[in-house]
Amino acid sequence: MKVAIVKYNAGNVRSVIFALDRIGIEPVLTDDIRVLNSADKVIFPGVGEAGSTMKYFREKGLDKAILALKQPVLGICLGMQLLCRHSEEGDTDCLGIFDLKVKRFPEKKEGEVPLKIPQMGWNTIHGLKSKLFERIPENTFMYFIHSYYAELGKDTIATTDYKLPYSSALQKDNFYAVQFHPEKSGTDGGKILENFIKL
Amino acid sequence: MLSKRIIPCLDIKDGKTVKGIQFENIMDVGDPVELGKYYADQGADELVFLDITATNENRKTFAELVARIARHVNIPFTVGGGISSKEDVSVLLNSGADKVSVNTAAVKQPELINELAAAFGDQCIVLAIDTKFNGKDWLVHLNGGRIPTTIRTIDWATEATKRGAGEILLTSMNNDGTKNGFALDITRQVSETVTVPVIASGGAGSMQHFVDVFTLGKADAALAASIFHYKEIEIRELKKYLRTNGIFIRN
Repeated sequence: MKVAIVKYNAGNVRSVIFALDRIGIEPVLTDDIRVLNSADKVIFPGVGEAGSTMKYFREKGLDKAILALKQPVLGICLGMQLLCRHSEEGDTDCLGIFDLKVKRFPEKKEGEVPLKIPQMGWNTIHGLKSKLFERIPENTFMYFIHSYYAELGKDTIATTDYKLPYSSALQKDNFYAVQFHPEKSGTDGGKILENFIKL
Repeated sequence: MLSKRIIPCLDIKDGKTVKGIQFENIMDVGDPVELGKYYADQGADELVFLDITATNENRKTFAELVARIARHVNIPFTVGGGISSKEDVSVLLNSGADKVSVNTAAVKQPELINELAAAFGDQCIVLAIDTKFNGKDWLVHLNGGRIPTTIRTIDWATEATKRGAGEILLTSMNNDGTKNGFALDITRQVSETVTVPVIASGGAGSMQHFVDVFTLGKADAALAASIFHYKEIEIRELKKYLRTNGIFIRN
């Protein structure tokens, strides 16, 4: 099993590498398109800012390379948002695998219970429909940390509520994506990574 | 719905947890990794590791420890203690920390927050504030609470979040160590003023104190050290109690 992690200028990928290590997988971290193409699985992690990351991808030709991947791909957090069509963060055109917009959580209104941005902490996922969630019960807690969210759509395979319901996971063909951080979500998060590796 | 968070804090000196921690079934009670794993298994939602020596010589030891924690602990953790530059933060995040907390250096040089948020994203920049009530105002204190300033806590919290702090860790010096409960008034004021999450710290002595800080204090998370380390309160029991009292908490 060869697992490649997309290497780019933003984001702390150490946690993803360590989480894979805990389930016995030793991934390669690479921005070499040939290595990505030859991997059995590709993970596209992300903590960072959408605009600068997409710019970097275009410069490196990684945008087209990711779109052309045929093996299972897992986008995490910003990685998921970049697989959508457009992000309000930096008014950025993204990769467009999922025909969805990524929007900023609404700011609090006068007299309203404050909705903190970023959403930071453990929230539940429901409406689970994918092999990615085998052995994961409805309303399992996952760790989230984000200010932007993907809308609901036909590719939604998990929903989370934070003021409004949004896509906490997406799937289309070989592309899988999660808004939460499975690498930081305890043993349940570890199961999701295992499920992805087994696809 | 987003759950409230329970966060044990571990003080680190020379790569070890400080003495006085009483545990059974842990091979090395001084090992922050073993203790971190223990708390994660008990249901802690996050961990905080504070380097209390924080000298230049200890930096490398601490970064190595952070990498070991990241390898073995499967929940998020924040590290802090004497962080004063982009380089410090870069080393700790690259070692595998999820968030870093800045305190004194940010007060002395507020642009540091802008610089860190721009470089690493505001979600990983925690602003720690040590605050003390002087009978009139809650004022920011520096160097572990030893040096008072004239800055009002609410003003600093507001400014820091505008500059890009993604979370506030608010410690009341009046309450810290008393076990008489959290500082509900200032916690609530800060939490209702800023738009980012607030972690309340200082004063936890009973399970009811946690209920109070989440309901009356409007905190998003609560941090404690000694009551967990001395097993006066077990995290599993605490979470059960919170649920019984209508607080949404992770099982």
